[in-house]
Amino acid sequence: MEFNYTTEQQEIKEQTFKFARNEMLPFASEFDQSGEMPLTILKKAWELGFVNTCIPVEYGGVGFTSQDTVNITEGLAYGCMGMNTVLMANDLALLPIVIGGTHEQKEKFLRPFTEDYKIASFCLTEPGNGSDAAGIKTNFKEDGDDWVINGDKMWITNAGFADLFVVYGTIDSSLKHKGISCLIVDGKTAGIEIGKAEKKMGHRCSDTRGMRFNNVRVPKENMIGAPGDGWKIAMKTLDHSRPMVAASALGGALCAYDHSVKYATERNQFGKPISSFQAIQFMIANMAMKIEASRLLINKAAWMLDNDIPNTKIASYAKAFAADSCMEITTDAVQIFGGYGYSIEYPVEKLMRDAKLIQIYEGTSQIQRMVIAKEIFSRH
Amino acid sequence: MNIFVCVKQVPDTETKVIPNGDGSFIETNSIKWIMNPYDEFAVEQALLVKASNAGSTVTVLRVGAVHDTEALRTALAMGADDAILVEADDNIDSYMTAKALKGAIEKSGNSADLIFSGKQSIDSDCLQVPQLLAQMLNLPSVSVVVGYEGDSSNIVLKREIEGGALEVYNCSSPALIACNKGINTPRYASLPGIMKAKKKPLAQHSLADVGVSADDRRIVYSDFHLPPEKPAGKKFDAMDEAAQAGIVKEVVGLLRTEAKVL
Repeated sequence: MEFNYTTEQQEIKEQTFKFARNEMLPFASEFDQSGEMPLTILKKAWELGFVNTCIPVEYGGVGFTSQDTVNITEGLAYGCMGMNTVLMANDLALLPIVIGGTHEQKEKFLRPFTEDYKIASFCLTEPGNGSDAAGIKTNFKEDGDDWVINGDKMWITNAGFADLFVVYGTIDSSLKHKGISCLIVDGKTAGIEIGKAEKKMGHRCSDTRGMRFNNVRVPKENMIGAPGDGWKIAMKTLDHSRPMVAASALGGALCAYDHSVKYATERNQFGKPISSFQAIQFMIANMAMKIEASRLLINKAAWMLDNDIPNTKIASYAKAFAADSCMEITTDAVQIFGGYGYSIEYPVEKLMRDAKLIQIYEGTSQIQRMVIAKEIFSRH
Repeated sequence: MNIFVCVKQVPDTETKVIPNGDGSFIETNSIKWIMNPYDEFAVEQALLVKASNAGSTVTVLRVGAVHDTEALRTALAMGADDAILVEADDNIDSYMTAKALKGAIEKSGNSADLIFSGKQSIDSDCLQVPQLLAQMLNLPSVSVVVGYEGDSSNIVLKREIEGGALEVYNCSSPALIACNKGINTPRYASLPGIMKAKKKPLAQHSLADVGVSADDRRIVYSDFHLPPEKPAGKKFDAMDEAAQAGIVKEVVGLLRTEAKVL
């Protein structure tokens, strides 16, 4: 057993937090209020190597382990959960290519992301299919050397800015999950109709839209794996992405915790700092326990990935526990700040709004429990 | 050009400093170490000079204990080419440090065209090492530098003096330049930089290897202790007009007898 970070892991983590504290956190509120994509900050993050952490060395990536990836995500989300969503969405979209793509596909589609700051979008959810991802209706039809895509997608992160879409659809909806397939679509392809930017409760600086694929033609070589491999690839992607999403919840929770500890020692009531009252101490102690427990689950899920040990169950533990903890911790942070916490002049209400989404996207907290229960009962 | 940068590893600015058990130094076990912030400007300036002088190398030097090599690793991750560590106790004095740096430069086999350092370290605050090192190497030196322009044959340096005025110096390589905040904006170590840093050479010497012995010590620390705790302030309620005259008298009296400032 080894719980210490290596020197290099420690350094990566410190550097990420330094960037988050200096370059993201001071601007988080501004972009939350304007709802604009902080492109300058995002590009700077890319220049320093914080983005597209999943790209292997062979294709121009840095060669991070999954443990590095979750540490980086934690740091970026500490700076701003919304900005992190934009950055993390790139990994989410590129992971299917890393996991199931051919050498040619990786060379063609991954390398450009290491040469310039580019934005990618992962298109799975539809207006009528969220948790029930196997029921997606977007249709892939063979036509000569092409696949032709028709269908609607919903809640697509980065859609308005994407250079590349990774799209899930079905070659035959009667095949259920066996018909699901995955295509790489250049952002400039004709027939892609991008909807208006959604106005959201949190992660407001991230771009979220509905979109329509209207007879979008994609060459056959853009399919990841064989027709019908999509579900398998999506499930493997989730094993990688869920620890990352959990780490983003951890980063947000840690930010709320740091604000709370500082405020509790500075704020006086009844002639004493409120940190001297058990009511506050218990909330802070609960925060600290949940943060540590989240981190251990996340690190374990990432460590299992790095060591080729199936991690589906632990990844779901990590995702559900960290997301629920983040919601509880940010809610308590607002409570500790009292009236000030409810004001947008103070940082914690944004964290509470941002936390909610992490319980929803990338598999709701309830879906995670279904995954966990399925893993448990399939062995009995 | 052979560019050397002297860096010191200092306790993080948020460290709570406590004397160690026998009062010979501070407790170092629980300290988080960082690169001396002024040295970050020195590393950045060295990298900027390297970028405009093809074929240059940046060697980063440090004298100190090996419990952590944070400062050197940070410099390598920022882009320095190699590093030299002279192993020494944390509490050696400025003279020994300067002599060890000189020895390390000579031992590297490269003569220094430019040496950069921070103007001071934020822990011991002696402000001596750059000047001592320059003297030992017989080099011109300028400290508290906030501006660097020109090429190595004609370097124009701006130095901050009292009252916010600037002195302008012209010098040529070889020289030692001690940097202050404002000279540049230190870059972040990129993550690929951190990954590459571990493959860069790091030479390690003892003090004896670089010609420094215990006899070189000029300053011996006799004791380390925390400053006495400040007594709580006194409050006087002067809202009651009738009592004001008496309060003024009392305050003046205390300023005279207790605070002894009158």
